[in-house]
Amino acid sequence: MSDRSELIAVGKPFSFDAERDAEFERLITRYPIRESMIMPALWLVQEQDGWICAEAISYIAERIGTYPAKVFELATFYTMYHLKPVGRHHICVCRTLSCYLRDKQEIVDYLAEEIGIRPGQVSEDGKFSLEEVECLGHCGTAPVVQLDGEFHEAMDAKKLKALLATLD
Amino acid sequence: MEVKLLSARFDIKDAHLLEVAKAHGAYETLDKLFTMTPVQVMEEVKNSGLRGRGGAGFPTGVKWSFLPKNLDKPVYLAVNSDESEPATFKDRYILVKDPHMMIEGIIICCYAIGCHDAYIYIRGEYTSQVKILQKAVDEAYAAGYLGAAVGGKDFRLDVTVHRGAGAYICGEETALLESIEGKKGQPRSKPPFPAVVGLYDCPTIINNVQSIASLPFILANGADAYRVYGTEKSPGTHLFGISGHVEKPGMYELPLGQPLLEVIDKVAGGVWKGRKLKGIIPGGSSTPVLTPEEAKTVTLDYESMAAHKTMFGSGGIVVLDETVDIVKLVENLISFYHHESCGQCTPCREGLGWMLKIVKKLLAGDGGREDIDLLVELCDNIEMKTVCVLSAACTMPVRSYLNKFRHEFEAYAAEKASAKPDLREE
Repeated sequence: MSDRSELIAVGKPFSFDAERDAEFERLITRYPIRESMIMPALWLVQEQDGWICAEAISYIAERIGTYPAKVFELATFYTMYHLKPVGRHHICVCRTLSCYLRDKQEIVDYLAEEIGIRPGQVSEDGKFSLEEVECLGHCGTAPVVQLDGEFHEAMDAKKLKALLATLD
Repeated sequence: MEVKLLSARFDIKDAHLLEVAKAHGAYETLDKLFTMTPVQVMEEVKNSGLRGRGGAGFPTGVKWSFLPKNLDKPVYLAVNSDESEPATFKDRYILVKDPHMMIEGIIICCYAIGCHDAYIYIRGEYTSQVKILQKAVDEAYAAGYLGAAVGGKDFRLDVTVHRGAGAYICGEETALLESIEGKKGQPRSKPPFPAVVGLYDCPTIINNVQSIASLPFILANGADAYRVYGTEKSPGTHLFGISGHVEKPGMYELPLGQPLLEVIDKVAGGVWKGRKLKGIIPGGSSTPVLTPEEAKTVTLDYESMAAHKTMFGSGGIVVLDETVDIVKLVENLISFYHHESCGQCTPCREGLGWMLKIVKKLLAGDGGREDIDLLVELCDNIEMKTVCVLSAACTMPVRSYLNKFRHEFEAYAAEKASAKPDLREE
């Protein structure tokens, strides 16, 4: 999300669960150098926990045999890695060209007025977080909203309201 | 106007599953492939005239031939599925609707170039799509189309899906390689070109998804069959993504060389809501805009676009209706490129931010005519002064808006003049 300059420590060590551990071991054989595993490992952490804490950065570094700074560098450069907790439901609204032309602003305004969150924020109850993101590659069915990784095309405020109403 | 070479299986239910794809012809070219020599395959692709579908349009077969001969290093293939250029969404259709066509293409390419390790670099945003792709790769392994003996022949091929994580720049081929190597996606200086020094310092070919997916048709039917479609210099078909202010936006496969306005009217239903056309972005956000007058003579091929001082790009066509505020559009555009600058080169990192500030100033009614001139000057000082073309991908279209819609910028500048009269001379 917005501030990407700091890592948050949760105060307990991180480790992969059995499923992610197996995936890590499968993938690392596919690359001739271990550093290539930094990005896949960051994804595995985010899949497991929803975001990436300071302990996970150290864990990856140790597992791969590199410096934590190197892992941190990639975690900050690539904007899809969450360095702080997101809401239970993470909403991405595309802000670029075709979605802009087909009124993505109506969706952003709706979320600000009805849910009370602006891009970069997490709602007070922790239910929603919102990000305005660059092109999501669904320009032919703009505007597009990505909710918890699933795409919802040709959206408007009314459709979004109905969609959000189905969530816990 | 539409044809279905690449999109032949797109309408078949569950064609992303191996069983269904196979029932409709997937992997049928492999028998033929292994009766040919790699050189023969490369020649067939060269003869087809297939041009790289990522945006640059460089002939695919010629690109392959740049690989050095008789090296004792491995050769890598990186399939560019980063598809990050705004208004581009064609490769997603292949990844989701017919991933086995792409995997079959990867096998053909790797056989031709002598590669045994291929990476598919898919943009991180494609969260649901990567699952479909990974499943297809897993199925191909299980069926013996990938792995130690492809199709039962003495040919090993491993394919690994590598996810990006939100950086536009990783669509640039050397940034993509850096990213796979576990680094920030910062482009490399060229030369050396990746065909000589690429991934892990080894010879590497980087091809776009659609280029790769075009190979099964070419191999099965021959170069001449491919050349039936398109023009002499731009043969074949292309997946065009039409978006913006049209009645029927979407992905359409068309032979190259079709008249642009006819495509917009007949295929995409024309400008929406009965409105007038203001402009057309022909090939993704980085391509210079065309006015309705210019668009009259444009056909959808590389030569016609170049003759009209724009680019074919990725085939992502954006239609702008008469209500579009060009200055606001330019703000949206610069904002994108500024956000996506990798930060390596100062003219791009700082310059695009400066351009954004100026446009915001104009929009706020605080800018003057001198700010418009400053924008042009900045374009001059940014363009071609950086390692890669990201900055030019911003300045080239911005320049076109400044040239062709200057009056709209001037209207904002005039607002300042009328709101805050300069009384010093009185």
